[in-house]
Amino acid sequence: MKIDRRKFLNSLLGIGGIGGIISVFYPIISYLIPPKTTEPKVSSIKAGLSAEFPTNSSKIIKFGRQPVILIKTEDNEYKALAATCTHLDCIVQYKNDTKQIWCACHNGIFDLNGRNISGPPPRPLEEYEVKIVKDEIVITKAG
Amino acid sequence: MKKRFFYLAIYALPLLFLLGFTQKEKKDIKKEALPKEDQCYTCHKEVEILPKDFSQNDAHRYANLSCSSCHGGDPTSADETIAKSSSKGFVGVPKRQDIPKLCGKCHSNIDIMRVYQPRIATDQVAQYYTSVHGKKLLSGDQNVAECSSCHSSHNILPAKDPRSTVYALNIPNTCNKCHGNKELMKKYNIPSNQLEEYSKSVHGEALLKNKDLGAPSCNDCHGNHGAMPPGIASISHVCGTCHTSNMEYFTTTKMAKSFEEMNFHACEQCHGYHAVQKPSTAMIGVNKESQCIECHTPGDEGYAVSKKIKESLVKLNNYYESANANFLEVRQKGMNDVEIGFLLQDVKQTIIQSRTLIHTFDSTKVSAKTEEGINIAVKASLLAKKEIDEYYTRRNGFAAATVVFLIIVITLYLKIKEKEKKTNQK
Amino acid sequence: MIKNIGSKIASWIDERYNLEPLRNLIKHKKVPAHRYSIWYYMGGVTLFLFFVQLLTGILLLLYYRPGEDSAYESVRFIVTEVKFGWLIRNVHSWSANLLVLFAFIHMFSVFFSKAYKKPRELTWVTGFILLVLTLAFGFSGYLLPWNELAFFATKVGTDIVGVVPIIGEPLKMILRGGEDVTGATLSRFFGIHVAILPAIFTVFLVAHLFFIQQQGMHEPEKFKNLPENKKKYIPFFPDFALKDLLFWVVVFNILIFLALYFPWELGNKADAFAPAPEGIKPEWYFMFMFHTLKLLPAHILFIEGELFGILIFGVAAVIWMLIPFIKIKQKHGWKIQPLTLIGILVVFFIAVMTIIGYLV
Repeated sequence: MKIDRRKFLNSLLGIGGIGGIISVFYPIISYLIPPKTTEPKVSSIKAGLSAEFPTNSSKIIKFGRQPVILIKTEDNEYKALAATCTHLDCIVQYKNDTKQIWCACHNGIFDLNGRNISGPPPRPLEEYEVKIVKDEIVITKAG
Repeated sequence: MKKRFFYLAIYALPLLFLLGFTQKEKKDIKKEALPKEDQCYTCHKEVEILPKDFSQNDAHRYANLSCSSCHGGDPTSADETIAKSSSKGFVGVPKRQDIPKLCGKCHSNIDIMRVYQPRIATDQVAQYYTSVHGKKLLSGDQNVAECSSCHSSHNILPAKDPRSTVYALNIPNTCNKCHGNKELMKKYNIPSNQLEEYSKSVHGEALLKNKDLGAPSCNDCHGNHGAMPPGIASISHVCGTCHTSNMEYFTTTKMAKSFEEMNFHACEQCHGYHAVQKPSTAMIGVNKESQCIECHTPGDEGYAVSKKIKESLVKLNNYYESANANFLEVRQKGMNDVEIGFLLQDVKQTIIQSRTLIHTFDSTKVSAKTEEGINIAVKASLLAKKEIDEYYTRRNGFAAATVVFLIIVITLYLKIKEKEKKTNQK
Repeated sequence: MIKNIGSKIASWIDERYNLEPLRNLIKHKKVPAHRYSIWYYMGGVTLFLFFVQLLTGILLLLYYRPGEDSAYESVRFIVTEVKFGWLIRNVHSWSANLLVLFAFIHMFSVFFSKAYKKPRELTWVTGFILLVLTLAFGFSGYLLPWNELAFFATKVGTDIVGVVPIIGEPLKMILRGGEDVTGATLSRFFGIHVAILPAIFTVFLVAHLFFIQQQGMHEPEKFKNLPENKKKYIPFFPDFALKDLLFWVVVFNILIFLALYFPWELGNKADAFAPAPEGIKPEWYFMFMFHTLKLLPAHILFIEGELFGILIFGVAAVIWMLIPFIKIKQKHGWKIQPLTLIGILVVFFIAVMTIIGYLV
């Protein structure tokens, strides 16, 4: 009887021990597997291939928590600016006819350097740096 | 003793030099920036009878204008009788009717003005005479505003200077000096509560409370020198200078034509003017507060369209609210909220866009936009739910681990007891 | 089957490296059993928490990136994106706090049972150094997430160092890596936290543990004076070890509980130009010092109050460390011995100052 009890205790301890090891190592091993978004890089972000981006157009890109408007000008130059209007936080758009950045909410207009040139916006849009690395567009925070 | 004096001198020398230097610097600045002080100023300052609103900062003082430039007289003479003699051209306080012309002597002359600012406008006086104020002044009305009523007499500063009476933030109060005067306004048969109404409006709050210089002040709708109430023809353009899309949509609709035929004031008809409020969904639909049912009655096309538009807007709003509540929960639980935040921003954008689309009075256009927003909101809610679920699975995982640890603890405890028993038996 | 392989491996090693001393140690090591036995577990649990810190610290290193633009972002990344990253980070922060707590308990239990007396003087000294190093770990690690509170707490903390005459200012510069708390400070603190401190700590920890194994567990006066047959011991292995293990599992479970239900806020990213947020408080284990310095008058005698406080704390720490070498006569008439009284006063002072610091 006594031996049974000891055996029982030992096997219970074994099961518990294995469970304990699993509950420690399962999180650790999951932690070691790199997540899909491989890096916390918010100081720079890739924005697709340069060749696939049409001239005189724009797109909105997520830069961390900040939306950024990336513009390819007529001269195939890139501009990246914070996309939230400095007036009341609407998302701005690129006007490919006037070659300006326009906020539809209250007719605020910025030039391609992000300067507020007309309408209510009180401040320029923050500028980001754009680099082309092996035909890939890379946006970095101007620092 | 002598030695001590010597040291003192040595230490004092550079100090004196420094002192002299700083004083010299100060003098240089004074010479350049401060205006000449002529005899008018010197005497008036001495006897302390400078004009009530006199300011050292007045722009004209820096343009080397003297009191005599407006009031006439001889600024070089210290003798009051000579300085203020009419033979020297002394006019005293200029008559109201004469003030626009007096200012215009310089301000309407580009040859004089371009010295100070190459791009300066010189049409203020001409504009003024087209305004209600100007016309009334010409007809001999002594109560209407002339240049100094808004710009002050002796504290004139450029409009960009925050100290100026015509700085954007100060304009409502400047206009209100006269337009808030009940007695005075009665004579012209116009109300005197504009400032009161404006302060409560979305524009007034933005300007006066939030100090948003982009928000329209009185002059942004009425004009400044050519001040006038905007006419029916211009009102949608006035609002449209900022609310471009709204104007664009509105002007091409059937409604715009009908409005014109019925002599309705475009934007103003629904939104009001001085007291314009942030539009709410209550303004549309078929409920009591709705603006649409003022004309549309059950059974007609507009009534149905209004009802439909309202429904889609309310639906989108509800979806946004619930997605936002989920977002806040995710954030509060310390989970990943970045992507959800982005989606919500997009939803907000579609809310603004669909509300703007109301001005097309086309329910299909509005509902297409609201459906787009709803789809994004649903996506955001789903993401949020996933995060919240994850939060609770963590607790389940913890519970499971605790059970395991509890097993270990209990068995260890039993084992220890057993060992103790054994050693005691020994 | 497994037992067989195990014993085979053991004998293989034994043949080559002679495991006899180790086996002897395991066989003969025993722990006195008496009323105050519970305090024997405090050191063990501190050691356990140190290993938790070591493991989670290494894991955090895999994703953490020091640097002004990346530190905060990478911690945020660990907490939100990496699987179980939240757990690892929170366990690391909670374990740090529990580690300090148990280290203090361990120290005072040793102090009050007078376990530092001959021949264990060096165990005490190394232990005290380990505590100081632990506090340095805490201070340097606090800055690493580069959030607002940490930034300003570090600013205030390093400012205090600057008050010390002559060496203070240069020391502050060295700590901060410049005039002010900047990205350079972050790099430094990172280096200190993950390389310099662990290296020094390991040396003292090995010494500390070696001394204990050499001399065995300390026996309190009363126990020592018992007749030999009345002295009760329990073997270290497996009895005491099992109890140790039991305690560790409980502490570990509490640790994950705290990490899950009371996660450490990440807060806002540090911004050197932002105004200092309200309620900058150091970590709780620095609170008593911080608050004492705050309470001191501007001038004491002819020196600045703050400087005076720092000097007093410095002198007190040195005396505390050297207490095994200081002879204080036993007073026979006294109910409480003078040293015990001092200890009680110290505990009382720390407790009161900490509480006031949080209430004010």
